[in-house]
Amino acid sequence: MPLYLDDQQSMLRDSARAFVGETAPIAHMRGLRDAKEPKGYAPALWKQFSEMGFTGMLIPEAEGGLGLGAVEAGIVLEEIGRNLTPSPFLSTAIGAVEALKAGSAAQRGRWFPAILSGDAVAALAIDERAKHRPAATALTAERAGNGFRLSGAKTFVTHGHVADLVVVAARTAGRAGDTEGITLFAIEKGAAALHAEPRRLADASIVADLRFDGVEVSADAVIGEIDGGWGPLTAILDSVRVGAAAELLGVGAGAMDMTVGYLKERKQFGQTIGSFQALQHRAAHLYAELEVARAAILKAQQLVDAADARAEEAVMVAKAMAGLATTLAVQEGVQMHGGIGMTDEYNIGFYMKRGRVLAESFGDTDFLADQIARRAGY
Amino acid sequence: MSDLAGFRAEVAAWLEENCPAAMRQPARGDEDMCWGGRNPVFSCPEQKLWLERMAARGWTVPDWPREYGGGGLDPAETKVLRQEMARLGCRSPLSSFGIWMLGPALLKYGNEAQKREHLPRIARGEIRWCQGYSEPNAGSDLASLATRAEDRGDHFLVNGQKIWTSYADKADWIFCLVRTDRTSKHNGISFVLFDMASPGVSTKPILLISGYSPFCETFFDDVKVPKENLVGELNKGWDVAKYLLGHEREMISAMGLGEAGVPLPEIALQSMGRDDRGLLDEPVLRARIALFEVRAAAFRAMSERFIDELKAGKAHPAQPSMMKYYGTELNKARHELIMAAGGSGALDWESAASNGGAAARAWLRTKANSIEGGTSEVQLNIIAKRILDLPSA
Repeated sequence: MPLYLDDQQSMLRDSARAFVGETAPIAHMRGLRDAKEPKGYAPALWKQFSEMGFTGMLIPEAEGGLGLGAVEAGIVLEEIGRNLTPSPFLSTAIGAVEALKAGSAAQRGRWFPAILSGDAVAALAIDERAKHRPAATALTAERAGNGFRLSGAKTFVTHGHVADLVVVAARTAGRAGDTEGITLFAIEKGAAALHAEPRRLADASIVADLRFDGVEVSADAVIGEIDGGWGPLTAILDSVRVGAAAELLGVGAGAMDMTVGYLKERKQFGQTIGSFQALQHRAAHLYAELEVARAAILKAQQLVDAADARAEEAVMVAKAMAGLATTLAVQEGVQMHGGIGMTDEYNIGFYMKRGRVLAESFGDTDFLADQIARRAGY
Repeated sequence: MSDLAGFRAEVAAWLEENCPAAMRQPARGDEDMCWGGRNPVFSCPEQKLWLERMAARGWTVPDWPREYGGGGLDPAETKVLRQEMARLGCRSPLSSFGIWMLGPALLKYGNEAQKREHLPRIARGEIRWCQGYSEPNAGSDLASLATRAEDRGDHFLVNGQKIWTSYADKADWIFCLVRTDRTSKHNGISFVLFDMASPGVSTKPILLISGYSPFCETFFDDVKVPKENLVGELNKGWDVAKYLLGHEREMISAMGLGEAGVPLPEIALQSMGRDDRGLLDEPVLRARIALFEVRAAAFRAMSERFIDELKAGKAHPAQPSMMKYYGTELNKARHELIMAAGGSGALDWESAASNGGAAARAWLRTKANSIEGGTSEVQLNIIAKRILDLPSA
């Protein structure tokens, strides 16, 4: 398969670009932030995502979805990134859907229709500390009656305070650090003894700290095999990492486009500043970094969709590279805008904030590079 | 799709049967590669056999038309052949500036007689070519070149000097930029081909910091070049030159893919061993290598994407500049890390154990990567102007 978008994917990109750009431009995010909107996303927009078919992109056709893959989901995410759109798309339409693919018919029947219709929002509760370390999962799930009792805490749970469904990685055996002994649970909104504390982040998105004070669930809440959660968790992480990489790419590309546009307008010393070689070389270098990141992301998406054994590592490369490229893009963006780049009024700073949050999500470049090194045996 | 699967199976079977075992080991440096030519040097009989077998199928140039010695494969088939060769560890049968640079330019700008004369010989590795571009006073500002070709009726009389001519002392023919009009800078350049055995051609190798002399000074003293060796129109050679440079940059960018040989982490492990967690016992170098490997893997994907887009006509015409810039900078970074990983062992200059100082010499050689074929700074200028559409000063 050639490493570029095919005709159908190109059409999807055009329609996603037009749709997200028109319905949820940066002004949409700014409006939610200024209004201190407590949900962290706009339910009406999520409904529109559903009408476009986006919420069901990864849901199999037999279950009412579009049965598409990581390439197509990434196309939508790139536009979400470019427009800095607050959206439950990544956690719900990608992360939760991937989790539910490992779930029971009852779980899929319960959640797929609600996700398809844009009525349900889902959250992924994986991290427990300030840095992403999925194998270090310590939140315990003990047997209780014919179900489980969950005790512990999760953090950095995007949409965790409003989610109808929370997918939780818990420990049912072994010790923190073991990949064996992790079990995934599907927890519904309103579970007793589950406390959510929302926190607004630098980019105005809202995440929750979740406290599980002995949350009781039935055995039906288990996703996949007891103690065998690492496999599906890995699949979830592959999907959200490559998704976050695509969103990051959109953030970086948006920042670069805005910056190159500014270089063509702004005049100093009687000249357009884009004619200065010092800035041209920095912009050209940035272009190269983003192109390389784009290639790594598309490669990873294609391998994920082909269920190729190399997919997991390619996803790590893609997310790590996207982190490097977009971090450069947003920093160059603010610097090349000069003083106006430091103002809240101008949008370039939003790219910097969003880029930082996404770079940190589901494993940053350092974590992923370390993982790649371990896999390579050093 | 099933056609392509069938083709893949056929290719794999043919390679298995026809690629000698010795040609399924990576080449050890430029000297171990097959460059062909009138007086070819083969490092072993298998190298000759491999070249002949591949040339017979047109697979030294799989995507060139069959009538010019190519394999006539479409982009998807070419990719399959490349993938299967990589999978089985088959060496490229022929290293050739004719294939990488001149051939594509002749296919686009050459006349029928020139194509029929030169392309099949390139495909079979019978003529080794060199490139007469840079001059002592025309480096990054290549179009200021001064080597002149005077019209003498049935021939041009060429006088002047080139520099940095790769393997000029080993080449049979040269493709050369000459000035045919002094009143116009870019519109006074022509692209000519001639035999390096012509009277008046001489070469002088240049000793480099690596201790090797892959580049030469090349002198032309009243060299007669037949008129029919002009490629494209008179005074329109700059178009041919730029088109060829795009292909040269593609070739050089492939250096970013890294060479076969001991992987970088392995070199570091041999020097430093493992800590009690089994990781490389030098965490700062380990981190630098790991971050480098992220970029290297991403660039491999970029190379695949670039070739796919190029073959489908989807690549930006200036994208080779991006590839050249990124690939060469990456290769320099790789060799800095190889030196750091190898420690004092990588500093040897002569010993047999170090294969004649291979690591140190290769490290020094890579410093030319971001100079030859247009410096990194020239590539960044091209990206800024042609891709980002930034204004000229």
